[in-house]
Amino acid sequence: MGLSVQPVLLWSDALLFVLIGVIVGLSLWARRQDALRAAWARVLKDGVAMAAATVLAVFVLIGLLDSLHFRARLPAQAGAAASYAVEVNSALDALLSGLRQRTEKTYSAPLATHLYSKEALENSTQREFPRLKHGGAHLGENTVGKLVGHELDIAVRLSRGLAGGLALWLLLVAVVRQANGLDLRALMKVGAGGSAKSAAGGAVLITLLAIFLLLGAAISLGGGYHVFGTDKVGQDVLYLSLKAIRTGLLIGTLTTLVMLPAAVSLGILAGYVGGWVDDLIQYVYTTLSSIPGVLLIAAAVLMMQVVIDTHPDWFATSAERADARLLALCLILGMTSWTGVARLLRGETLKLRELEFVQAAQAFGVGRFAIMRRHILPNLMHIVLISLVMDFSGLVLAEAVLSYVGVGVDPTTISFGTMINTARMELAREPMVWWSLAAAFSFMFALVLAANLFADAVRDAFDPRSSA
Amino acid sequence: MSILAVRDLSIQIGAARPVDGISFAIAPGECFALLGESGCGKSMTALGIMRLLPAAAQVTAGSVEFEGGDLLALPESGMRDIRGGGIGMIFQEPATSLNPVLTVGRQIVESLELHSPLRGEAARRRARELLDQVGIPDPVRRLDEYPFQLSGGLRQRVMIAIALAGAPRLLIADEPTTALDVTIQAQVLDLLDELRRQQGMALLLITHDLGVVARMADRVGVMYAGQLVEEAPRRQFFSQPAHPYSVRLFAALPDANRRGGRLATIPGSVPSAEARHEGCRFVERCSEVMPACRASPPPWREVDGGQRVRCFLPGLPPSVAAIVGAGETALAIEPRPLLEVADMQVHFPIRRGILQRVVGAVRAVDGVSLQLKPGRTLALVGESGCGKTTAGKAMLQLIRPTAGSVLLDGVELTMRSTSELRPLRARMQMVFQDPFASLNPRLRIGDIIAEGMQALKVLKVGAGDTAAMIGALLEQVGLRPDMADRYPHEFSGGQRQRIAIARALAVSPQLLICDEPTSALDVSVQAQILNLLSDLQAELKLAYLFITHNIAVVDYLAHEVAVMYLGRVVECGSADEVLRQARHPYTQALLAAVPRVDGLRSEVPKLAGDMPSPANPPAGCHFHPRCPLADEGCRRSYPVETRFGATHVVRCFKAT
Amino acid sequence: MLAYIIRRLLYAIPILIGVNLLTFALFFVVNTPDDMARMQLGIKRVTPEAIQKWKAERGYDKPLVWNAAAAGSATLTETIFFSKSVRMFAGDFGRADDGRDIAREIAQRMGPSLAIALPTFVLGLFVAISFALLLVFFRATTLDFAGVVLCVAMMSISGLFYIIGGQWLVSKVWHLVPISGYSGGLDAAKFLVLPVIIGVIGGIGSSARWYRTIFLEEIGRDYVRTARAKGLSERVVLFRHVLRNALIPILTGVVVVIPTLFMGSLLTESFFGVPGLGSYTIDAINAQDFAVVRSMVFIGSVLYIVGLLATDVSYTLADPRVRLQ
Repeated sequence: MGLSVQPVLLWSDALLFVLIGVIVGLSLWARRQDALRAAWARVLKDGVAMAAATVLAVFVLIGLLDSLHFRARLPAQAGAAASYAVEVNSALDALLSGLRQRTEKTYSAPLATHLYSKEALENSTQREFPRLKHGGAHLGENTVGKLVGHELDIAVRLSRGLAGGLALWLLLVAVVRQANGLDLRALMKVGAGGSAKSAAGGAVLITLLAIFLLLGAAISLGGGYHVFGTDKVGQDVLYLSLKAIRTGLLIGTLTTLVMLPAAVSLGILAGYVGGWVDDLIQYVYTTLSSIPGVLLIAAAVLMMQVVIDTHPDWFATSAERADARLLALCLILGMTSWTGVARLLRGETLKLRELEFVQAAQAFGVGRFAIMRRHILPNLMHIVLISLVMDFSGLVLAEAVLSYVGVGVDPTTISFGTMINTARMELAREPMVWWSLAAAFSFMFALVLAANLFADAVRDAFDPRSSA
Repeated sequence: MSILAVRDLSIQIGAARPVDGISFAIAPGECFALLGESGCGKSMTALGIMRLLPAAAQVTAGSVEFEGGDLLALPESGMRDIRGGGIGMIFQEPATSLNPVLTVGRQIVESLELHSPLRGEAARRRARELLDQVGIPDPVRRLDEYPFQLSGGLRQRVMIAIALAGAPRLLIADEPTTALDVTIQAQVLDLLDELRRQQGMALLLITHDLGVVARMADRVGVMYAGQLVEEAPRRQFFSQPAHPYSVRLFAALPDANRRGGRLATIPGSVPSAEARHEGCRFVERCSEVMPACRASPPPWREVDGGQRVRCFLPGLPPSVAAIVGAGETALAIEPRPLLEVADMQVHFPIRRGILQRVVGAVRAVDGVSLQLKPGRTLALVGESGCGKTTAGKAMLQLIRPTAGSVLLDGVELTMRSTSELRPLRARMQMVFQDPFASLNPRLRIGDIIAEGMQALKVLKVGAGDTAAMIGALLEQVGLRPDMADRYPHEFSGGQRQRIAIARALAVSPQLLICDEPTSALDVSVQAQILNLLSDLQAELKLAYLFITHNIAVVDYLAHEVAVMYLGRVVECGSADEVLRQARHPYTQALLAAVPRVDGLRSEVPKLAGDMPSPANPPAGCHFHPRCPLADEGCRRSYPVETRFGATHVVRCFKAT
Repeated sequence: MLAYIIRRLLYAIPILIGVNLLTFALFFVVNTPDDMARMQLGIKRVTPEAIQKWKAERGYDKPLVWNAAAAGSATLTETIFFSKSVRMFAGDFGRADDGRDIAREIAQRMGPSLAIALPTFVLGLFVAISFALLLVFFRATTLDFAGVVLCVAMMSISGLFYIIGGQWLVSKVWHLVPISGYSGGLDAAKFLVLPVIIGVIGGIGSSARWYRTIFLEEIGRDYVRTARAKGLSERVVLFRHVLRNALIPILTGVVVVIPTLFMGSLLTESFFGVPGLGSYTIDAINAQDFAVVRSMVFIGSVLYIVGLLATDVSYTLADPRVRLQ
């Protein structure tokens, strides 16, 4: 007996797990470093940062669920070896199979029961708004006009969802209180009088409350309706938005992961070794950065597309092909964006090189590479970290623009960029189809805002200059 | 009637209270010195008076009366008339205290426009007069120059001119000469003193330097941990300090009389500004503690003649004479020198033009020859920019010398590859100036000390050995072995310098090059480090090359002295020869410029002007533009060595 | 000073050569012209003859870098590298797929691009600096905090949304200006207002926040304390002392983009249908017109290098410490 699913490890999944490993490793290292630990403690005490981190954690959770890929096992043929579906799905897909499978014919507005445009009905000459297959299906058949009890049903489901969210939250608070013996009343007075730590805890709990309420409402409403409507081919927009999160996260993090080793090593080498090594590295990054970013990316992506198109035999599934293109985009973005970090690190290394502890090591005859590893690199880690978190939101935004321009992710990959790209055409329709854009906007804004707020707190905590 | 009366001033930053109930008064035309070590709250007091405190700090109690009006009650607009107009202020760092993108003239005129009716050409004329008044040569040209075009001394003079522009009745000078060289310090102090007498201006002088106090002050207030502990007229303060802290400050000062002995130190460190005190703040470090000291804060007590002290001790505390040792450690002087430097040069090329051709060189070190015998201390003395630090690093081959030879125990060090040098590095080590920059903040103390041992493979494998050795080293420098697991940021400046010394000692060197190891430290901590260094020398027969600008420290510990000026040694010999019978006019002027604690003034004329740039040294004797004795011969050629006795060598035509 | 500029100009040459080699490698080595032809022609029409024809039309039918069949200097010049890459130094960009001369097209399209990019740049700089000064003047107050939050929120919104939202609100709902299009002369104003305003608003968040940080850094310096000790009012301290010094890093960070303004903005031009270089580039990318993309890459880097040079010059003009040394 084979497994009921066959796990599939896409390259981007593998790299994402490597990235998580790196982060865990680095945080273990940072735990032993007093100064870094103190800086993280400052972040942990920052209410806004912790609220942002909570939101980010939810996004990351969704992204991770969406990175556990598998191929479902097809119904076994007698005697034949187990065979698996061509389609690659993720744990998130499995979790949201309801949303994924309940497709309509075409556009429908959020929470609607009928399609958005009139169509000629089968046994009528009139054009009417046809009934949706799934949206509000439990309300019964009524092909034309308003359904009785539609609004009431929405209100009931909404309040049920909110109540569920609230109940779950209260349960969580009770558990936390039990575990920590925290004073709930102190937690509620966020920022007012309470100590910084409990204020941060309060901010987390309040953010969680908001998330639970939204989640409860979405689950409760989503059971019977399309919360964000459906798109042109009838796919649930909420499902698309959730799928776009993984793409955004991958672009925001893998790009930095791809570029960091080169940026760090070249920046330190240029700054510490100097001479012709410095000249060469500076030449390379000046040349690269002198080409306008979008154009270099466009040129590289166009070329990559030719490579992929001329070698269709490299990829077994379309998911693999889209994944390869996503990774290539990360690689290209990384190639074009390492120059800034390298330049920054070179400058800092030049300063560190003159510090007396480096000269003390030189006086002991410690080798160049040992000095770079022991004395320079650890003192640059805060800059690496700051640039990592600062770059994230910029990259998520860049993905949208690039995909819009046509040099972003594969058109079949669900991302904020592709969503906006199609939504733009929908705006021109009469009447306007606005929900795809609204959904992309809200999810993207929440993600980027949380990332920006978190990055700010990290920078303030780690940058010695900004402490004043 | 006093011009400024501060009463019970308290300043709070978060939980810390850097100033905690300070009261003093200054009479018109008087110079009042606020003396204290770093972190005692003296600068915060000055900023509090001017209401220029940083945003996080606020005055929580007290009053500041200036000419009868309470400054703390004034609206901000009224306070702006006092700032600059009633009270002028100058700061420690002339390099950063002037706006870099405005001309000198603009910055003076700005103040004139604010506090006088002068405008336009008249204001400019007045600005020129002010520059003239503060002794800036060629003031017309300087008006249109930017601060970066001026030397440190001239910048501080510009700062003074800006302060004078508002014709203040009180000038607050916050460590006005700390960032300056000793000869420039003498010029600026003279100027401040002269201006004060001319204009009848009162002066609030904030300093940590007893010499400066002795030179300038009419009255002295000693601050400790946010409070005044003693207030006295200068003469009385210097003849009979009344607070145990003051007494110990004097005893910690190094000088020739204490040579070979140990300096008195103040155990422990200043309590944190966040600490709350029941009794006297000095109680943990005082040798005269009584039960009453811990119970309640001591009240002010009049001693006599205007001297007041905040101490329970009746009468004066016993003077703490340093334990004078047996004088010179009578080492059998070995004939063979440990370090022999001959004609060493370090030139940095200057590149210009399209192709970056080398058009000249900064002659940082330009032919230095020295000898250092085992177990002895050679002091390399000079002002900043004379090349002494570069020379020290070049001897260690941290900067490769351009020419000349460096022999360590007979082995030539120059021209050797990095790997050939490695085994030799265990025999010579360096202690750096800045204890905050010399320890990697990301490494534990134990790893910092072990680094040299590992790199030079001076110990057998076996982790237990390493830990034991590190522990022993930490004890040797007066720290506890269990500190090996901590990170540098947990230690004070003095403790860090001890760690840096332990790191150097870890590879058992014979020669230690100490680059200004105490210049970043307070007097009381400096004494601890100097004691440690002399103990280690006696114990381990170390040779020290001691690079410093502090003549008092030289006098205390050096056996031989070499004086550098513009990349060259102008005079060298035994400490007695160079410091007591200086032959070179530069050495004489340098010694004369040091403010003396006994307040005596030297007969030797003060040096005018600044040290020229080593990129473009004057022809002939480098010193001739500033030398009172210079004649035609000095302008033509560089003087050859003149010997006085076996060891005393001077490079001056006029030395007799 | 002059020697410095000349040295920087000389330094630009190897960089341009580097850019040239890089684009050559990207466009002709990673994929052979045959690959490109195959992709452009589509799977159905790929025949050896069609590929040859496609290559001949575009001048890709030569060897890459070395023409063994030719004689004399033609071994080097009768190659793709020489005709497509080296000749760009002489301003010869060849023809686009639609047969038009790229150089002439670029010259025509610079005007509209600049008409949007320049006002956006100047106005954006002015608004962002004023806003940052306002925040700094009220630093550590609720106004400052609210302003920073607003900045962070504004920079968390993708530029696409500003354009889409602006077009929808101003043109579709309020009918104030045409939704897109362009015309020459004074008429252009009604087409330019909206893209310029949207460009300014979209840029405020990040730049105002950055300027605020620079101002705050300057305010912490010693010379500001000196200025206050003179008795200057906070307003004079801010405008005469802090602004002058903060402008140095701001200007030098900003000057580098001025020459690249010629390139126009990809998004704005394509959304508003402005016939500038930005929309030219986007169209070329969508049509996979490699000759145009290659030319734009080259021009972009030339302009960037001019920007770097201008930055150095502006630095020497703005900062006496650099000028007088």
